Amino acid sequence: MSGEESQWLTVLIAVLGGAIRVGTPFLFVSLGECLTEKSGRINLGLEGNLIMGAMAGYGVAWITGSAWLGVLAAGATGVVLGFVHALLCQQPRVNDIAVGIALMILGTGLAFFIGKPLIQPTAPHLPALHLGAWSDNPALRAALEINALFIVGVLLAPAMAWFFRSSRWGLAIRTVGESDDAARAMGLNVNLVRMLATMAGGFLAGVGGAFLSLYYPGGWSEGLSSGQGLMAVALVIFARWDPMRCLYASLLFGGAGALGPSLQAVGVTSGYYLFNAAPYVLTLILMIAASSTKVRSGMPGSLAAR
Amino acid sequence: MAFAPFLIPLTALLLSLALFGVFVSLAGADALAVYHSIYRGAFGTWFSWQNTLVSAAPLMLTALCTALPARLGLIVIGGEGAVVVGGLAAALTGLILIDTNAWLALTGMALAAMLAGGLLIGLVGWLRHSRNVNETISSLLFNYISIAILSFLVIGMLRDPETLNKPSTHHIGETHMLGALGETSIHWGFAYGVIACVILWLLFKRTTFGFAVDMIGGNVRAARLSGLSVGRNIFLVCLMGGAAAGLAGMVEVAAVHGRANTSLNAGYGYEGILIAFAARHHPLAIIPMAILFGGIRAASGLMQRDHDLPDATGLVLQGMIFILLLASEAVFARLALNKGFKA
Repeated sequence: MSGEESQWLTVLIAVLGGAIRVGTPFLFVSLGECLTEKSGRINLGLEGNLIMGAMAGYGVAWITGSAWLGVLAAGATGVVLGFVHALLCQQPRVNDIAVGIALMILGTGLAFFIGKPLIQPTAPHLPALHLGAWSDNPALRAALEINALFIVGVLLAPAMAWFFRSSRWGLAIRTVGESDDAARAMGLNVNLVRMLATMAGGFLAGVGGAFLSLYYPGGWSEGLSSGQGLMAVALVIFARWDPMRCLYASLLFGGAGALGPSLQAVGVTSGYYLFNAAPYVLTLILMIAASSTKVRSGMPGSLAAR
Repeated sequence: MAFAPFLIPLTALLLSLALFGVFVSLAGADALAVYHSIYRGAFGTWFSWQNTLVSAAPLMLTALCTALPARLGLIVIGGEGAVVVGGLAAALTGLILIDTNAWLALTGMALAAMLAGGLLIGLVGWLRHSRNVNETISSLLFNYISIAILSFLVIGMLRDPETLNKPSTHHIGETHMLGALGETSIHWGFAYGVIACVILWLLFKRTTFGFAVDMIGGNVRAARLSGLSVGRNIFLVCLMGGAAAGLAGMVEVAAVHGRANTSLNAGYGYEGILIAFAARHHPLAIIPMAILFGGIRAASGLMQRDHDLPDATGLVLQGMIFILLLASEAVFARLALNKGFKA
């Protein structure tokens, strides 16, 4: 194998590994946001959930010695933040975008405040499966070190798609998301359904945060998240409110995020910041195209109506 | 009920301060002493007032970026991106005009920054009007795209090789920096912010343009039937909002950093969104709100040193105030429902 060829192979393997590692938090926040938006409300505050989840997950894992209890605690903080979001948004004249940003600031602040003593200690990591054991290429082995949470997320995507398509509760969420009036006519409690959807979405975002602190990049620090929570909203549009497409989109965003560092590893240093922007440009183009061709974008009716 | 517009936010503010007091007490600090530090750090001395007003300058301008389109019923959250492209355009212009005099350079920088920020948000408005692209999402995406372009340029072709830790453009020249107001340490950015808020208030309150905008915001179809060009007005309002946030980027470059770098992405845009909502999108109310939150930014250092609290304490206080101010909107709405109170 010539030198140049193996370089590109290195990049390819790093992007593959990155798609999985960097993509997992994207997967959880986007599934969470998808669930919330299907009920007709945007939660822009998932960045706060993510960072709170990372902090709480790390703290609880360190205290109890169990990484999985940490994941649970991370989800629980997400539920609390989701509850606050839903409670405020169901009041008259309270804007969900503004509440989301306020919760992002509050969640980030609380996580940094409470998490100050957690920067030093080492918490147990989440277990990983070594699917690359057959290969003797160390880069490939590292790339195929699959975390258990990633597998949970991959299974969750089709489960959520089934839930929306075929379950009674999924139908309730979709109805509330499409039209308040139709939902009321069916005897559904619109605010309650939205609250539950926001809390469950918050749980998933919190779990995504636990992945950040308990697996990759690992550890707790204030620079842990690089805005994955904020991007969830863009991801869901990119995925057109479809859980399965959330999975593909998360892998794509993860791979795009890993492209820069892996190009840097083989000596391409400039230009990769533009690759980082590629997913956003793509999302924007998709939005423009979807609006002009009158193709059903999959957007819940009550989001489209405003 | 005439005092309700002041009483309700004030109550929300006091409640959030009380909540914050409980929070810092739980963290082992003396709440009253913390309040005292906030007061001293933000408004206690002339020195702290100056810091407060300096921090308030970009916040006023970024708040306008959300408050103006909100009059049309649009929720634009692209202030962060407009600050970034504005700062970048200002630095580029400053470098091109580096051999000219300071007045020319600063004017050029301000105009370039306003144009860049204005076109960015103007594009958001145009996409909304002509292609029905959700303005909230597209402006969020433009934030990321702008930051990526900034990072790309300051690491690549625009980089001053001497900036090692924080890649930046070349310096615009010490003599071309934006000066202070008189003998104070408050730079001209603060004046820009106040002037922008006042002029835009007059524009929206006293001119036919402002009336047309309010009409579109109230009922698009009625506005269209009476012959107003909806698209043109949406574009113009977004252009003005973006220009204000772009000017904030110019102020950061010309008065603070002297260069464009990723410090431009310091959260002024996101804080501005909340200030706009807290001020209920009223350009004049933005001024005191921005000063309030500028004060919290200015006081967080003192709070941290005096009481050994983490540096995120200011962020927690900000978050609490924003949450309760937003929640207080519901009280307004309830009043409006019950008593026909015009909020």
